[in-house]
Amino acid sequence: MNQFPWLTVIGLVPLVGAVVLWLLPPSLADRAKHIALGASLVTLVFTVAAALQFKTDSSAKYQLVEEHSWIPQFGVSYALGVDGIALALIIMSAILVPICLLAAWNDLPAAEAHRERHYFALMLVLETFMVGVFAATDVFLFYVFFEAMLIPVYFLIGQFGGPRRQYAAVKFLLFSLAGGLIMLAAVIALYVQGPGGADGFLLTKLAGIQLSADTEKWIFVGFFIAFAVKAPMVPVHTWLPDAAAETRPATATLLVGVLDKVGTYGMIRFCLELFPGASQWATPVVIVLALVSIIYGALLAIGQQDMMRLIAFTSISHFGFIVLGIFALTSTSWAGSSLYMINHGFSTAALFLFAGMLIARRGSKRIADFGGWQRVVPGLAGVWLVAGLSSIALPGLGSFVSEFLVLAGTFQRHQVVAVIATTGIILAALYILLMYQRTMTGPRPDIAVPDLSRREKWVAAPLIALFLVLGFYPKPALDMVTPAVDAILTSIQVADPAPVVGAAEGSTK
Amino acid sequence: MSSFLVPLADSAAAASHPATGVAAYGWLLVALPLLGAAILLVGGRRTDSWGPKLATGLSWAAFVVGFLVFLNLLGYAGEERSLSLHLYSWVPAGQFQLEAGMLFDPLSIAFVLLVTFVGSLIHVYSLGYMEHDPDKRRFFAYLNLFVAAMLLLVLADSYLLLYVGWEGVGLASYLLIGFWNFNPSYASAANKAFIANRVGDVGMAVAIMFLFWQFGAVDFSTVNGAVDGASQGAVTAIGLFLLLAACGKSAQFPLQSWLGDAMAGPTPVSALIHAATMVTAGVYLVVRSHAIFDAAPTAQLAVVIVGAITLIYGAIVGCAKDDIKKALAASTMSQIGYMMLAAGLGPVGYAFAIFHLLTHGFFKAGMFLGAGSVMHGMNDKVDMRGFGNLSSAMKITWATFGLGWLAILGVPPFAGFWSKDKIIEAAFIGEGWRPWVFGLATLIGAGITAFYMSRLFFMTFHGKKRWPEDAHPHESPPTMIYPMMILAAGSAVLGLILAWPFAQTAPIVSWLAPVVGGHDGAEHHPVLPVPVITVATLLVVALGAGYAWLRYCRDAVPRTAPVGSLLTRAARQDLYQDQVNEGLLMRPGLHLTRALVFLDKRGVDGAAGGLAALIGGSSSRLRRVQNGLARSYALTMLLGVVVILGVVWVVQ
Repeated sequence: MNQFPWLTVIGLVPLVGAVVLWLLPPSLADRAKHIALGASLVTLVFTVAAALQFKTDSSAKYQLVEEHSWIPQFGVSYALGVDGIALALIIMSAILVPICLLAAWNDLPAAEAHRERHYFALMLVLETFMVGVFAATDVFLFYVFFEAMLIPVYFLIGQFGGPRRQYAAVKFLLFSLAGGLIMLAAVIALYVQGPGGADGFLLTKLAGIQLSADTEKWIFVGFFIAFAVKAPMVPVHTWLPDAAAETRPATATLLVGVLDKVGTYGMIRFCLELFPGASQWATPVVIVLALVSIIYGALLAIGQQDMMRLIAFTSISHFGFIVLGIFALTSTSWAGSSLYMINHGFSTAALFLFAGMLIARRGSKRIADFGGWQRVVPGLAGVWLVAGLSSIALPGLGSFVSEFLVLAGTFQRHQVVAVIATTGIILAALYILLMYQRTMTGPRPDIAVPDLSRREKWVAAPLIALFLVLGFYPKPALDMVTPAVDAILTSIQVADPAPVVGAAEGSTK
Repeated sequence: MSSFLVPLADSAAAASHPATGVAAYGWLLVALPLLGAAILLVGGRRTDSWGPKLATGLSWAAFVVGFLVFLNLLGYAGEERSLSLHLYSWVPAGQFQLEAGMLFDPLSIAFVLLVTFVGSLIHVYSLGYMEHDPDKRRFFAYLNLFVAAMLLLVLADSYLLLYVGWEGVGLASYLLIGFWNFNPSYASAANKAFIANRVGDVGMAVAIMFLFWQFGAVDFSTVNGAVDGASQGAVTAIGLFLLLAACGKSAQFPLQSWLGDAMAGPTPVSALIHAATMVTAGVYLVVRSHAIFDAAPTAQLAVVIVGAITLIYGAIVGCAKDDIKKALAASTMSQIGYMMLAAGLGPVGYAFAIFHLLTHGFFKAGMFLGAGSVMHGMNDKVDMRGFGNLSSAMKITWATFGLGWLAILGVPPFAGFWSKDKIIEAAFIGEGWRPWVFGLATLIGAGITAFYMSRLFFMTFHGKKRWPEDAHPHESPPTMIYPMMILAAGSAVLGLILAWPFAQTAPIVSWLAPVVGGHDGAEHHPVLPVPVITVATLLVVALGAGYAWLRYCRDAVPRTAPVGSLLTRAARQDLYQDQVNEGLLMRPGLHLTRALVFLDKRGVDGAAGGLAALIGGSSSRLRRVQNGLARSYALTMLLGVVVILGVVWVVQ
């Protein structure tokens, strides 16, 4: 393959940026955010360059592979590589980080300017770990990144969040650590069951190993709980609304938009790929949980008084869709879930970041403190509505394609489940439109704040452009993920249900 | 019945030609107005001065393109009139493979011409109507967005692309109903419309999934070609889900409640979206899916029943409304009920459903614009009890509205006489109880229609003047008057042209035959002789109109509404539809969400918190955590992980 360590570089650039920020002489402290943005943009450039190296027609399981022995006594390798799903998630992260940094530009008041470098450095460190977690092809390395991500997020919430930040940060950490510890046990058990050796943690070594049915189930459960906490699914979701509400919008974006994707990504990469038998055993339960997440998350979103909590609950509902698609096990639903992870990243980013712009202007997260703002900030109201419509999967915007694929693929196997899940689109319209109504419509309030600034337009423009591109021309993204989807489904021997009416001629028109 | 279906299946399977010539540029139909919307929305205030004119120009440009494609289509022989335009690969996802493409056939072009022509006229009208609105630019952007979405809806060659247009028009409708959303009740009306439509959209989404499950594809040609192989249960289910979708968009029972409130939007919007075009999309959907409905008699019956209920429901509500726009909205609901009923009748009805849809598009849009003109002259008042004798002050509005009124009544030779009476005749075709029930429903509906429309007309334009001294009704500016005159002309003659009684088959029937199958009236006799039906219809219309004349023209109309009978009071409340929805859905829903929010805090989170405390060792330690020792505590946990890792390593 190629010799250039693309993935390592993509992960390293933000880390270097963070180190630079921490070492910055005080005289240059006010340049911290420029350096951070620069580092994240360089990362994006490298990511795009790496994506151009990626061959969608390659038969290799992973591309851009790097493999070095790390702790051979323990079977751990420093092994990176991506398939289409992982690469798509890395691209999404690399796009979101500069947008978030730009959105966080004025998060800290002038009095706290000295903490600015620390704030931006933590986000860059987080980017490093996010790239690592999606690129790791060694189970132990994945676990290391999985846990390491908690550290910057913990500090981002705990040091830079709202009044109840400590509570939220600890709650986040406890939930994640609990899940992580269970997963650690499963990771070790998996190694013990595997072929062992100096590279015994490699995914390629562990895929397809023979496990006794009970062992497989236990290890599966270990992984699944960790991912379900991360994703998060009902009933282990309660840390998310607190974390999202107490943290800064940019952090919330990275937390919900990217970090939580590790949960759903892990379900594909580990639960399904390594334990197909146990996954099918658990499918009924998981599908019910997913369905509960969809409906319960949406109903709770409707009842929220706090914008950030509301958005967090919409995400719980959306993660329900993603998990549903994964466990429906059809190529259509998988393509949908993979794409949904990307679309959800962008639409949640838009919701959180635009909410942040509103909150910065009003000084309150309470929905009731707004009203009539369309007349005050028409531009912001417009992008706010677009973000909401993307969240409810309005056709023409990105989420629609993915949500439809998830549902259509699910319908092939579980018709009743799909129909119940589809009613979620009514609830989605309710939570978004009611929020829009309460914030933006009504008589003009007696308040004067500026509309979108140039910087904020730069935050909004790429997100809305992505909605439209992914809505009307999702082919590049789908072409990236579908070979990976097909490869995994083939490897775990799952075939798509054939159309009921005998191989309708010209079905793939 | 079954013998009648055979040639249909053949015609449905007929292949399309690739679009060449002008039709190859058919994508401009959607692109031009979409471009207008984008320029006006992104361009912001800079486009304030010229934006509305640009939007109007682009809408007319779309009409020109549509007309050229129509001419192109005319160049083909009847059965060959089906051009497909491949656009690009849209959703290539595993087993689900879908190309984006457009279909130009007699059905879609009929809609294109209606939408672009009436739509452009209403753009022109709006130049006058919205002249002094500070957000005029945004209004025109939304209008253009609507035209683009509506054209995408009718031109799409697959159900999924149709769905994009379907929700797109819903979005435009939402934005325009809530255009003056600084009024809270208007904002609520917009939400109500969107959410009622979403209920219907669930039907649409499920129908599309069902199609994919059954046929492995969701484009029209594959589906139409494969329907014969599907089980009766499957096609019936698909048909019923499509009907649910149609009920939402077309304000049919039981999803009709949003249309009355939708009159919160500016009147040109009511004319274009909530009368002439968008609300008829449900009828389009049923006719476009004729292959499915033809194979599913039960679903067809459901369509007919929904249509019959709605046409009576809307007519009754229309009799009691004093708000001129709400009365017209009720009428729209009722007229679409006629179209739905016709579409549900199958091949004997499809062409007439579309025929009535086209004439209705003209006469109802014309009357809405007339209502807008009245409001323009009367300081935006809508209560007809405060009108009366406006014909003296607004001659042109009176005349154009009058033509629309004659058209909807079905007075020969105006448009409704040709299109609505054909539906009544078709409803009388069949065996057993159906022709009697449905035929009589349409006949009675015609009588009630005559009553409430005449009531509206007399209360507004005739009788004694009831407006206050400070009102100075005046005729509207030319930009508003000319569109009204053109639509009035259409109300007068369009029916005659499309029905052209001197030809062997009506032009509209032969034009649509390649899509929906030929309709040979000779094979299907109504249970009553046609002349009898015609005379009976004219009779009930005369009765309805006469009664309205007695009560609202000859007798004085009280300024405040009398208490009225039980039925009148119910009809004023839209037959309690909102109360039912509120009692059955909204209140329980509100309580459910509140209960869940409480439960999530106390129950789920409490349990999880307890678990966390358990992991932490004791709840007192958790309290310490919350008292501010969080960092040390959390770091201890992380340290714990590291220690465990180390131990494992050593053990290895």
